[in-house]
Amino acid sequence: MTETIAATVQPGASDDVGEARSLTQDAWRSLRKNKIFWFSVLLIGLFVLMAIWPSLFTNKDPGFGDISNVRERPSSAHWFGTDTQGYDIYARTIYGARASIIVGIMASLTTLLLGGLIGVLSGFYGGWFDALLSRVTDIFYAIPLLLGGILFMASFPNGPNSSYFLVVAKVVLVLSIFGWPTIARLMRSSVLQVKPNEYVLAARALGASPWRIIRSHILPNALAPAIVVATINLGVFIVAEATLSFLGIGLTPPAISWGVAISDALSAIRTYPHVLFFPSLFLSLAVLAFILLGDAVRDAFDPKSR
Amino acid sequence: MGKYIVRRLLQMIPVVLGATFIIFAMVFALPGDPTAGKCGERPCSPEYVAKFREEHNLNDPLPVQYGKYLGKFVQGDLGTNYYGIPVKEDLAKRYTITGRLALMAIAFEAVIGILAGVLAGVRKGRFIDNLVTVSTLFVISIPVFVIGVFMQYLFGIKWGIFPATVPSLEASTYSLILPAFVLGSLSIAYVARLTRTNLVENLRADYVRTAVAKGLTKKRAVGVHTLRNSLIPVVTFIGADFGGLLGGAIVTERIFNIQGVGGYIWKGINSRDGVAVVSTVTVLVIVYLLVNLLVDLLYGVLDPRISHD
Amino acid sequence: MTTTTKSAAPASSYKPDADGRLLEVDDLHVEFHTPDGIARAINGVSFDLHEGETLAILGESGSGKSVTAQAIMGILDMPPAVIPSGSIRYCGQDLLTMPEEQRRKVRGPEISMIFQDALSSLNPTFPVGWQIGEMFRQHRGMNKSDAYAQAVRLMERVAIPAAKERVKSYPHQFSGGMRQRIMIAMAIALDPAVLIADEPTTALDVTVQAQIMALLAELQEERKMGLILITHDLGVVADVADRAAVMYAGRIVARAGIEDLYAQPAHPYTRGLLESIPRLDQKGQTLAAIGGLPPNLTRIPQGCAFNPRCRMAQDICRTELPALRQVGQQQSACHFAEEVLNG
Repeated sequence: MTETIAATVQPGASDDVGEARSLTQDAWRSLRKNKIFWFSVLLIGLFVLMAIWPSLFTNKDPGFGDISNVRERPSSAHWFGTDTQGYDIYARTIYGARASIIVGIMASLTTLLLGGLIGVLSGFYGGWFDALLSRVTDIFYAIPLLLGGILFMASFPNGPNSSYFLVVAKVVLVLSIFGWPTIARLMRSSVLQVKPNEYVLAARALGASPWRIIRSHILPNALAPAIVVATINLGVFIVAEATLSFLGIGLTPPAISWGVAISDALSAIRTYPHVLFFPSLFLSLAVLAFILLGDAVRDAFDPKSR
Repeated sequence: MGKYIVRRLLQMIPVVLGATFIIFAMVFALPGDPTAGKCGERPCSPEYVAKFREEHNLNDPLPVQYGKYLGKFVQGDLGTNYYGIPVKEDLAKRYTITGRLALMAIAFEAVIGILAGVLAGVRKGRFIDNLVTVSTLFVISIPVFVIGVFMQYLFGIKWGIFPATVPSLEASTYSLILPAFVLGSLSIAYVARLTRTNLVENLRADYVRTAVAKGLTKKRAVGVHTLRNSLIPVVTFIGADFGGLLGGAIVTERIFNIQGVGGYIWKGINSRDGVAVVSTVTVLVIVYLLVNLLVDLLYGVLDPRISHD
Repeated sequence: MTTTTKSAAPASSYKPDADGRLLEVDDLHVEFHTPDGIARAINGVSFDLHEGETLAILGESGSGKSVTAQAIMGILDMPPAVIPSGSIRYCGQDLLTMPEEQRRKVRGPEISMIFQDALSSLNPTFPVGWQIGEMFRQHRGMNKSDAYAQAVRLMERVAIPAAKERVKSYPHQFSGGMRQRIMIAMAIALDPAVLIADEPTTALDVTVQAQIMALLAELQEERKMGLILITHDLGVVADVADRAAVMYAGRIVARAGIEDLYAQPAHPYTRGLLESIPRLDQKGQTLAAIGGLPPNLTRIPQGCAFNPRCRMAQDICRTELPALRQVGQQQSACHFAEEVLNG
């Protein structure tokens, strides 16, 4: 899962800061012309808007179940039909975006910060400090993301009164705990590639502080590949959240999320496929958007692919 | 080479210790009374509870519990589950089916993934390339459990080509095709994409130009000179991805009702059977680390520039 | 020195004509169709090559010299490359219209090529002996152990020490000079009639450069090969080449015997190239480099392509394309060739 993606990304593409700056400009220039980039940005924008302000898209109450109207096919009254409880699927799909988007963005940001910090420190300082941090990274890397997630969520189960945000925060926490090593390894190798360059040595010789060297010389060069992986991982985290919900240990009803909706619908796949179709479609589109965005950014930063 | 293996094995020790401690700590935080339901309808007698807690070292602080557990683990004693059956016996019964499932999934990854990637890479920009690119994106963006349930419905129930569930521990290879494909589906897509990217990049390499300038056939220039280099990262990927397979096995075995290691962990979690879960996951982590070591060694064989001295 | 026992080499069906002419390139054009427009890399290049002759093709990067070589070898990526017109005849047969399978059998046994960067040009994952032996296995149907024996023989011929022990080593285990020797061994394996060396010494140390050039000259002498030596470095070819052609923006702008070219260049560009070689006897003087950059091949200037960088450029140079014409012993494509020659 997450650990797999690092293999497809080459760390540290550029050689010096001047080049990095023009590389960023270059990348932006080629991104601007990329239709896939704009497509994914548009989709992500839509989903984020859905997460922040769902009532913009629907005036229906996602918590209102009409028992007399269960499993209705799509109609003008219920655009996506109704589900097994008589809920309006369209409204629930719109409101369901929030959980996935929060989990994806928060988990990606946390892994990027945590993994980035640990990777930069161990790559920059080296020696026993690096050895120690690398072993810690290895330890967390040795526990596969989904396996760790399942164990954690099963060990700290949701009570019947757990609040929505507590459960979401738990999912974010566990995905961050087992997701950061990928970024840390990537970042460390990027830093190791940048560090021996002459301009870094020169900055050191001139007495620049470690923090200044990291900020102005190391980060600009090492950050791009990590951001790309974090973007692609965002999709992985969204899927992982849904999988935990499918197993019944992530978000659970009455919480509204795509994962919950999908796992509910799976039991009725034979007779009412539309109940499954719409939440799956939205979830897949969200995952796809982040993967495409990550791909587009990587292609823009990787001159080899041009 | 021998030195390298020894060094890697030594490095594995702290990693295994750390990882198992995390797992141990997590699982033994499992809430609920482990003796609940052991004595039929009535609550257990205080004597029984005391004896049970003593046997399972439940009165010690966590690090001590861990130390005692580890001491037994090193001697090959994986403990007994709450039904009194040694975990080792349970695993011995179940690992074959999960192993077969994982091997078949890897075989699918290697065969279908690489084939699709090579076809797409060689015909870059043509129909088959677009087909592979789009269909792999499709697979990657749909959660595996949706793919699993959907394929189970189509192939297992609607068309009846494959059995929909595989509860037998001695299931035939044929009946495992569908679950193995589902388990490997995400990785098949990744392998195809990775193979394509590497192939396209390597096809531009100078040594491929040399191969053509030597008057070799196109087939040989691609099949012998380009493919070998392109597959090195793919092998690494498949190894690293083994961990993903182990997590995915829990989901897949649940969908297809397979009584393998994944199903065992799931059952253990649900019945609060800490020993069973910790021992099984620890074994899996060790297997995963060994597979990674094996892949690194294979890497050295495939790429002579890597030296393991 | 062991003269080559022509091991298992079948008589070539290709014979040079009565004058010993091997290769005849006639009015060759090559274009690259890119998203930014059509880059005209080669615009009507003609030359020929005889047995035992060394032709130097000189020019800056982007002048079309490497593209010419790759067109002859048939290793251009098509697309994006397109050859709209022209012919390349090898022993009278046009390589460009030949069926691919027949042409493939020319590459290696008849015409072979060595490249600038031997490290990236050799496959990193196979032993060097395997890569040399592949020529014999694929073109001569030889078995593996015989092919290895041939590889050892060739490695000894190009003076790689302890060839027998090193035949199974990998490219990264050799030094730069040794790697280029391995490339050469591979290129001459099947006794080709034509050898094209594209910047064979650019990536090497100066002392090693001289050794490699000496080896090439020696092998050419020994096998009566036609050798095309492509370089931007006029210093490298002075001792080795018989004739030279200077390329600029996809055209040959000057052609001369190597001594005339050095003594009395008849084109301002040639003169500029010569002046930019550092010389010991002029120590302390400023190095006269040619100002400006080679033209963008999607927008080659009107008239003489060199005019924006030429110190002698007049109005005519900006409107009229000068033809390649005889000036004394040489050929030059300059409106003021006589003035250059005598100035």
